[in-house]
Amino acid sequence: MNLYEYMGKEIFRKYGIPVPDGYVIENVGELKAFEYPVAIKSQILSGKRGKAGGIKFAKNEADLKTYSDQLLNSTINNLTVKKLLIERMLNIKKELYLSITLDRAAKKPVIILSADGGMEIESVPEENIHKIYIDPMVGYSDYIAREALSYLPVDNKKQFSSLLQSLYNAFVGEDALLTEINPLVIDGENNIIAGDSKVVIDDNALYRHKDYMITDPDKTDLENEAASKSFTFIEMDGDIGVIANGAGLTMATMDALTLHKLKPRNFLDLGGTDNIEIVEDAFSYVMRARPKLIFVNIFGGVTKADTVANGIVSSKKKFDIKQQIVVRLSGVHEEEGQKILLDSGIKAFNNMTDAVKELSKIQGVE
Amino acid sequence: MVIISKETRVIVQGMTGHQGTFHSGEMIKFGTKVVAGVSPGKAGTKVNGVDVYNNVVDTLPLKPDASMISVPAPFVKDAALEAMENGIKLIYILTEHVPVHDTMELYHEARRKGVFMIGPNSPGITVPGQAKIGIMPNNIFRVGDVAIASRSGTLTYEIVKAVTDAGFGESTVIGLGGDPIIGTTFSDIIRIFNDDPQTKQIVLVGEIGGNEEEKAAKYIKDYVKKPVTGYITGISAPPGKKMGHAGAIIEKGTGTAESKIKAFKDAGIKVASYPDDIPDLLRK
Repeated sequence: MNLYEYMGKEIFRKYGIPVPDGYVIENVGELKAFEYPVAIKSQILSGKRGKAGGIKFAKNEADLKTYSDQLLNSTINNLTVKKLLIERMLNIKKELYLSITLDRAAKKPVIILSADGGMEIESVPEENIHKIYIDPMVGYSDYIAREALSYLPVDNKKQFSSLLQSLYNAFVGEDALLTEINPLVIDGENNIIAGDSKVVIDDNALYRHKDYMITDPDKTDLENEAASKSFTFIEMDGDIGVIANGAGLTMATMDALTLHKLKPRNFLDLGGTDNIEIVEDAFSYVMRARPKLIFVNIFGGVTKADTVANGIVSSKKKFDIKQQIVVRLSGVHEEEGQKILLDSGIKAFNNMTDAVKELSKIQGVE
Repeated sequence: MVIISKETRVIVQGMTGHQGTFHSGEMIKFGTKVVAGVSPGKAGTKVNGVDVYNNVVDTLPLKPDASMISVPAPFVKDAALEAMENGIKLIYILTEHVPVHDTMELYHEARRKGVFMIGPNSPGITVPGQAKIGIMPNNIFRVGDVAIASRSGTLTYEIVKAVTDAGFGESTVIGLGGDPIIGTTFSDIIRIFNDDPQTKQIVLVGEIGGNEEEKAAKYIKDYVKKPVTGYITGISAPPGKKMGHAGAIIEKGTGTAESKIKAFKDAGIKVASYPDDIPDLLRK
């Protein structure tokens, strides 16, 4: 789950990381008197907000009102701005980069530092980026800050050390995959302040952090709705609705379509189920994505082939499905399943290649 | 035969649950020595004829070698630490949706204690003719010399069945797990398969996300003489989306199917375009 800047800054504040004074609004009626100048920052999950015009600066109340009006509900980098963060403007002397992320290859948290802050870390030359790995079972120790400071032009060493430890505490305490401060600002009085925040929380740990259980803004409405029913459903721009079981087999199904120049409309992993209603739920999401054709690819195990067959037959009736359904059924109870389908006029294949060839024939892309 | 055998003494943490009950029964049918179950508060009951205890420590007189962990995700870290602290050297975690910080800690603790950890989010390990710890279907295997490692469940069963139906058999089949951090990775398992005298051929079923396929490919290029067949899913996956597995995600251009397929090809691995192609590639 990617969090908005203001949410990340709330976390920073909770752990004692200095952030600029500010508040969030959803409409201009919520604007309040504040010390000028202020920054007006669109709350969207996208990099390069500034370049795209999503951040403005106001010297007085009139400007603040005009710019807020302009930004609210505008579209920036294809995203609608629903909230603005109004913040006291910082007197920036120097901008640094600081983040902690989970390094998947090393299987450890890694602190990433650079004296070149304020730009995308990807565009900073490698020799200016420094990494310090932490053993998660050992945790944080003061030498880490001393090492970090050897790479950064920071005078207020005490404040930096405490900030780094707080950031690590936030990373662990909030089950984060990323806690990034870019820029980490050093102001005219040598104070160190988080100018921005980018925080990503592990979806699997959200049960420990119910505050962040927001509707995932990276997902479509249909994807979010399916997720609430525990389906992994991903919309794509093709025209073949896909239902398969197991993440690996579902991916393999979509790949096979793609290699045959067919385009999947969605990814849907039915998971391990022996329940007709779950098959019907799966169809309901696929049907709402309006596919031209439907491909069901099942290798029966815990998910029995005959249960899926019954689910296909009942879904066809329930959702009045006019589209052709191509089915591949194999594994546990495949014969029973194939017979059920045949009785309602659907011939099922027992291998994936033959089923995909049939789809190619129907789509005329052989 | 690697990692487990007929002699491996297995406990099941979470055996009284729905999954634990069903799969421990299937494991016993397969020939696995399930010596005890552990479910806090359920001591004195029996599941599939096997005694259930409250704590792992209570099972130690039965000399367990391995634990299957089938408890809800919030309790996995605690259950795994309990098994490791009690000296169990093989831990298999079935559970999906374990927080990655928990897994990361378990990974390092397991390495430190010399514990072989499989999973989380894994279908387990099967050595045909010997034992099975996990949830793979019993009837798709035949004793043989093809070792298979995969990050998936159902897709693995499909491939195992195709390999068996084509007249081959398997020496070991292991599901490594679909999470971003897992106890045993491709680069660990490839060394074990390479050293196993019963294994004559190796199949690796990878997917998008991470760089373990690339690391294994490098090892294969340098050290492995046995024929290796590979298959990678996710060529059609859009970047930034988790494709059903928490670990199956292309992040900032890394972990793409193209990169993995290229690494496999550079290492001389025969790469299948479809799962159905794998038996043919084993014949070549």
